[in-house]
This record gives sequence, structure tokens and C-alpha cells, in this order.
Amino acid sequence: MSTQITGTLDAHGHLDHDHKPRGLARWLFSTNHKDIGTLYLLFSLTMLFIGGSLAMVIRAELFQPGLQFVDPHFFNQMTTVHGLVMVFGAVMPAFVGLANWMIPLMIGAPDMALPRINNWSFWILPCAFGILLSTLFMEGGAPAAGWTFYAPLSTTYSGDSTAFFVLSVHLMGVSSIMGAINVIVTIWNMRAPGMTWMKLPLFVWTWLITAFLLIAVMPVLAGVVTMVLTDKYFGTSFFDAAGGGDPVMFQHIFWFFGHPEVYIMILPAFGIVSSIIPTFARKPLFGYESMVVATASIAFLSFIVWGHHMFTTGMPVVAELFFMYATMLIAVPTGVKVFNWVATMWRGSMSFEVPMMFSLAFIVLFTIGGFSGLMLAIIPADFQYQDTYFVVAHFHYVLVTGAVFGIIAAVYYWIPKWTGVMYNERLAQVHFWCSLVSVNMLFFPMHFVGLAGMPRRIPDYALQFADLNAFMSVGGFLFGLSQLLFLWGVVRCMRGIGERATDRVWEGAQGLEWEVPSPAPYHTFDTPPVVK
Amino acid sequence: MRHRSSGLRQAKTYLNHPLAAAPLLAASFPAGAQETRFNMTRGATELSQQVFDLHMTIFYICVAIALVVFSLMFWSIVHHRKAKGVVPAQFHGSMKIEILWTAIPVLILVAMAVPATRTLIAMEDTSASELTVLVTGSQWKWHYKYLDYPIEFYSVLATPRAQIANEAEKSPDYLMAVDKPLVLPTGKKVRFLLTADDVIHSWWVPDFAIKKDAVPGFINETWARIDKPGLYYGKCAELCGRDHGFMPVAVDVKTPADFEAWAAQQVALAEQAKAEAASAGPMTMDELMALGQQVYDSACVACHQASGEGLPGVFPALKGSAIATGEPGAHIHIVLFGKAGTAMQAFAKQLGVKELAAVITYERNAWGNAKGDMVQPADIVAAIEKGE
Repeated sequence: MSTQITGTLDAHGHLDHDHKPRGLARWLFSTNHKDIGTLYLLFSLTMLFIGGSLAMVIRAELFQPGLQFVDPHFFNQMTTVHGLVMVFGAVMPAFVGLANWMIPLMIGAPDMALPRINNWSFWILPCAFGILLSTLFMEGGAPAAGWTFYAPLSTTYSGDSTAFFVLSVHLMGVSSIMGAINVIVTIWNMRAPGMTWMKLPLFVWTWLITAFLLIAVMPVLAGVVTMVLTDKYFGTSFFDAAGGGDPVMFQHIFWFFGHPEVYIMILPAFGIVSSIIPTFARKPLFGYESMVVATASIAFLSFIVWGHHMFTTGMPVVAELFFMYATMLIAVPTGVKVFNWVATMWRGSMSFEVPMMFSLAFIVLFTIGGFSGLMLAIIPADFQYQDTYFVVAHFHYVLVTGAVFGIIAAVYYWIPKWTGVMYNERLAQVHFWCSLVSVNMLFFPMHFVGLAGMPRRIPDYALQFADLNAFMSVGGFLFGLSQLLFLWGVVRCMRGIGERATDRVWEGAQGLEWEVPSPAPYHTFDTPPVVK
Repeated sequence: MRHRSSGLRQAKTYLNHPLAAAPLLAASFPAGAQETRFNMTRGATELSQQVFDLHMTIFYICVAIALVVFSLMFWSIVHHRKAKGVVPAQFHGSMKIEILWTAIPVLILVAMAVPATRTLIAMEDTSASELTVLVTGSQWKWHYKYLDYPIEFYSVLATPRAQIANEAEKSPDYLMAVDKPLVLPTGKKVRFLLTADDVIHSWWVPDFAIKKDAVPGFINETWARIDKPGLYYGKCAELCGRDHGFMPVAVDVKTPADFEAWAAQQVALAEQAKAEAASAGPMTMDELMALGQQVYDSACVACHQASGEGLPGVFPALKGSAIATGEPGAHIHIVLFGKAGTAMQAFAKQLGVKELAAVITYERNAWGNAKGDMVQPADIVAAIEKGE
């Protein structure tokens, strides 16, 4: 890097020496945070469509009562792999991609702290998902015990794809842990002079806390899948009562990972929305410090609420009460966040470009998911909700209209910075409204069928649920098709079609990422900026 | 294929015209059970009513909070927009208001937690029960054993496979009806002990507000005191393998007098069946094959499939298999006692000797497995006496 001084000084005084390798080698060997961010985001988009296709199989089978298209065993494979692909393949890598692109730009760092690990942690992912998805084509099929793979269904009673599944989860874990280490080291050490902790953009703060959660819980997941592996193939009895084990212990270990995991999938989205709302309200974020404290509180609470996934397993009353109270407490910091966003909008000067629209939808729909979460915490009622479509509705509101809408908002918000061209606003607005309507057709009625008694993970149902299921399936197909508009919009930007973006892009945008040219040059902040 | 649309049409009729379908409803939901389509059932016990009230209370509190927060947000969206030429304010914090909107939610939560705690403690108090039923889940059926009576039986889905495959009209109790429902008396505190033979299942009857996991190797407890007689439906709620969706629960609740009469009748029937089994004479090939197919279609078909080909890599084929075409002893042994560490269950307890003899004969002579030999009830009795 130092030997070549052929760049030109641009208007902002940055050396813009763009000497990346060409062709495949650029992507395969890249240690550039922007290239790796792009790889992560494209991988995530691919997984979104693969996971979405599996969901379409599910919705097609559930369109009518009776078995129409697939065998129940294959249906179980669809729900299992859909969950794994969306959680580990779509949502988590999308956030890592955004972290890669934006954290160095936001804190004034030239790159991520550990660029080679960065390359490795990305390239593990296609291997992991290649292994996982290959099981769909094997005799006996893919894992079919649900993405939560409860023992002993996933051990004694599972197919031989279990070994492939365990290996792929290990790889995903390695990738996530390395990504998290990279984020922490970068934020800790590479902030520009003057970028003190309490000046960090909230997206950086939320990601820092997320990274600590990842390091804390991914090894727990690795532990539990290894126990599944040895129970199935090597004669151990961790989860087999006949050998002195306990099937419920699996759930304790899994959810000790699993509950922080769901915050891993939402905290960065909080950070995104906290960046977007002030930009389009043209007003500083309300309660910055309380946002940081609320994020940290949610992260802490996430470690002591795992039992709320297991209220029907037969816990002692005292344990049930503890988990109920702790879970209800989460509503407090989460509420603070929502109130702060509304207060940020209050007496602002708002405009409603697509990133703002997705963020507003996020606030309303994520909050609906939060309310159903509060209802689920109330144990006597949870006995009726547990393992029904009410739960499916709840976590799709927080994950799809929460995490995924947050990611889509982030893509529209930052893609002018990445590609140098504005996305097509009209196309994006059509995408937004189609998504908003169809996603609610898809997930809102799930509350009703769940309350009326439809269990989750069933390929066929009693006739009383027929109408709403047909309606939800139509919503599902429309939501799936709507995302093709998103794909179209992204491809247009990547091909450079569209209006040139200015450096600041948005009138109300604040932060270092808007100080660099659009598109952001291959190397930025070789000389650290000074933050006042 | 032809019947697919008719199944849907029937479903639609049933749902869209509740009045037209009233006779059907009356048949499938006798007094007591109530069908809901959009909300939780109030159920048939004092506790289920409490749970329903709790659910609605929390729901209304959430709606009230949502109305306040979203109204403020939308008021702001309408009035504080750039298009109206609003100049943005620059305030960005207020300790007072932050404390306020941390404290108020805490108070609301405490108000929610009090009734929730009270109801939960009542639900978990299984003491002083008057009747105990041991509920055992296995792939994909329920077994009920009355600890106070010499009565035990399996309860499996009664919906014919043809309805599931859209080859026949779906009945109103599609996927809800079972061959033998659990029978309980009204007004008595019934304690349920739950466990499982293979994977985790979850026994759920919405009308009793009971959902409890049946965990292999462990016993969970719960209870209900049911106010009204009637037929109540429920389902397995924990993913338990291929036929998780086809594992319904049905509970027939009778008055105490009717319940005692039913229990006496069951005991008599069991004695009679035992005597018949001991003296069962040889059966003809046609009898064995006819009964065998019937048993196969209810007990074996979920795994080994109607074609006998199983699901490659998951459930082994019987068609042309070494066991089904080998010597009968090994075949009888695996059907009677199962195969440890696999989904193959022990059927000795589940089926009568005639059924066992018939289904083994059927497996040895169906799908081109033309062994030509017959397994007789006497062979089964001998094998059971010999034991595992």
C-alpha cells in the first residue's frame, strides 16, 4: 500500500488510490472491509431468497387442509431449514455485512482491525450453508427436528443428516465468533481521535454489545450441537434419561444460547433505526445515553430469561415466577427505546423517503411483536400460547418486520454511499407498500389461528383454520414476490443506474460516513479524521 | 385429485355458513366445548376462565398503550413534516421524562404480575386430587392409564387416511376425532401425570387451559376440574416427528354416574377380550389379510407407508425387507418388542393378539412379499409368554 502513491487528492483531501485486484481474486482474497461487507450482504440476500422459497413450500402446503404437495417429513425439513437459513444465513450475515461496511466509516477507521480473519469468517459461510443445504438432496433428507432441534427428536430419532447439520452449525459459529471479535477489536482500538465512547453512533454501540453477546453464546450453541452429535453417534446420554441424562437439559442449554441470539438479531436493527430516524426528522436522537443504557440492559436481561421458552416443560413454580418477572422487565428498556424514537420525531421536520418508511413500519410492527412478547411472558396465558401460531406470529413480527425491515431500511439508507447512485425512489416506495400490506396479511392472522388453537409445525390442520390459512398463504406469496422489487432496486444501484448521489446523500444526515465521497472510495480514512 | 377441491369447498361451507353447518357443529361439539376462530377459548374450567380473563386484560392494556404511543407518533407524522415547512426543534433529552417513562411501565407490569402469579400458583397446585390419569405420549398416539381403575388404552387419530390425502370428503371433526377418547367425570379434581416413550410430546386441551410436556424418562403433573360434560378436543403441541400434526387429543367428559358406568363397562370388556385372546382359534388367510391391512393402515402406515416402501433414510421399507421375508420368529419379535434406539415401538401392549397375528401375516404377504405363510394368534401368545 505504501509503495504506491498514484492516488489523487479528492475534494475532501483523501488519497483515493483504488488499486484493488481484478476478477474473482478480488473477492476470494479480499481483506477490504467494503468488499467483504458487500460479499456478506449479497450472501445474505441469496439466503433470504433460498429461505423464502422454503417458506413458500410451507405456505403452499398450508393453503388448504389435507396434504397436497409434500410429505409431512419433508414439511418438517422445510420448517427446520427455513428457520436455520433465515436466522444464520440471512439475518446474522446481513448485520455482519452492514457492520463491515459501516463501522469503519462511522468511527473513522481505515478498515477492520483483523482483515484476514474478516476474509476467513466470510468464506466459511458459503461452505457451512453448502453443507447444510446439501442435506436436502440426501437420502432421508435434511434435519427435520425444527430449528430448535430438541433432543431426543434430534438425536436418537433423527436421520443421518444430523452429522452434516452439526458440522455446518459449528462452521457458522466459528464465522460468527470471528466476526464478533473483529467488531470488538475494531471499535475498541480504531476509533478516530476524538471519537469518544459517548460520541459513537448508536449503530456502533448496538453492534458492540451484540458482538459481546455473540462471543458469550455461540460457544454454548457449539457445546449443545456437540452433545447432540455424541449422543447420536458415540453413545453418550446427555439428553437420554435411560442413561442418566435429561432431554429438558437440552432446552436449557439451547435457550441459554437462543434467547441472547434473538437479541443478536434485533439490537443492530435498533441501531439502524436510531440512525435513520434523526436523519429524516432533521433533529438529534432523543435520549442518546438512555438508548445506550437500554441496549446494555436488554443484553444483560437476555441472559436470565431463557426459561420463558420452556414454561410447559414442568419447571418448579419458583423458577417459573423468576423467569416470568425477568421477562416482563425486558418491556421496560424496550419501551424506553420506542419512546425515545417517538420523542425524536416529535417537533422534527420529517420527510418520508423509503429508509424512513421502513423505519416507521419497524417501530409500529416491532412494537406489536413486543406486545405479543409481553403477553407470552404471562405464564398462565403462555400455557395456551406455547407452541401455537401465536408464537409464530410473535417472532415473525420481531424478526421480519423487526430485523428484516431494519436491514432493508439500512440498505436503502446507505446504498447511495456504497454504489454512488440513488436507488429509484418510486420503485422503492412500491416495494415498501407491497411489503407492508402483504407482510401483515401473512403474519397478522397467525395471532388469530394461534389463539383459536392451531399448533405450529403442522402440515395439515382442522377445518376451522382453513379460511385464515388460505388468506395467509396469499399474503406469503405476495410478500415473497414483493422482495423481487427489492432485488431489482438493488441490482439497478449495483449496475450504476440512477441519479448520482451526493456525498451527504440525505439532507439531515450526520456522521463520518457522510464525509467521504459517494461511492465510498476503496480506501477511506487512511489519515484518521479528527472528531470534535 | 378430483376430490381436492371438494375438500376445500366443504371446509369453506363449514366455516362461512355457521348456521348451515349447525347440525354438523352440534354433532362434533356437544355441550361444553366451544369452537373459537379468532380468540382463545374461555374453556370449561374455572382456571381456563381465569386464564382467558388474564389474556384479555393484558391484551387490553397493550392496546391502550399502543393507542397512546402510536397516536403521538402519527400526530407527529402528520404535523411535524418538512412539507409543512416545520423548522425542527433541537432538544435531545430530558431526565425527567426518561424517569417517568421508565417508572410508569414498571407500575403497569407489577399490576399485570399480581393476577398472573395468583393464577399460576393455583394452576400448579396438584394436591388433593380425586382421580389420577397417567398420560403417555409416543409417536403418534396417546396412552391413558387410570391409576384408580384397571383401565388403560391407546388413543389414535380416527380420521381416515383417504381424507388426509384428499381422496374423500373431510368430516367436520377432521384431524380432531380419535378412536377412543379419554373419559373423565365432571366436578372432580383430576390429576394428570405426563410422560413419553420416545420423544417429547405436549398434551394440550385448550378448554382445560392445560398444556404440559410429556418428557421421556420424567413425569410432569397438572390438573383440571371440568364443569360441563361434553367432548373436548386438543392436540400434541410439541414437534414430535413426521406425524406430529396427526396426534389429536379428545376428552369425553361425563357426569360422575355416567363415568362410573363407563368404567365398569370398560373393566368387563377388558376381561372379555382377555378371555377371547386366550382361546383364540386359528384364522384363515383371508381373515388375517383383511384384518392385517386394517391394522397396518392405522398402526404402521405413518412410518412404513401404504406402499410398504418406508421413507428411504428415515423409515425402513418392509417390501422385500430381510425381516418381512425372513423366518417368522424375528419378524414377530421386532413387532412385539420393538427395536431399541429407533422409532420402532413395542406393539405387544398396543394391539390384541389377533391384530398382531394379522398384521404380521399381512406384512409377509403384501406388496409382493409372497411368503405364503401365516402367523396365528397362538404364535403370538407363545411369543409373548416367552418374552423379550
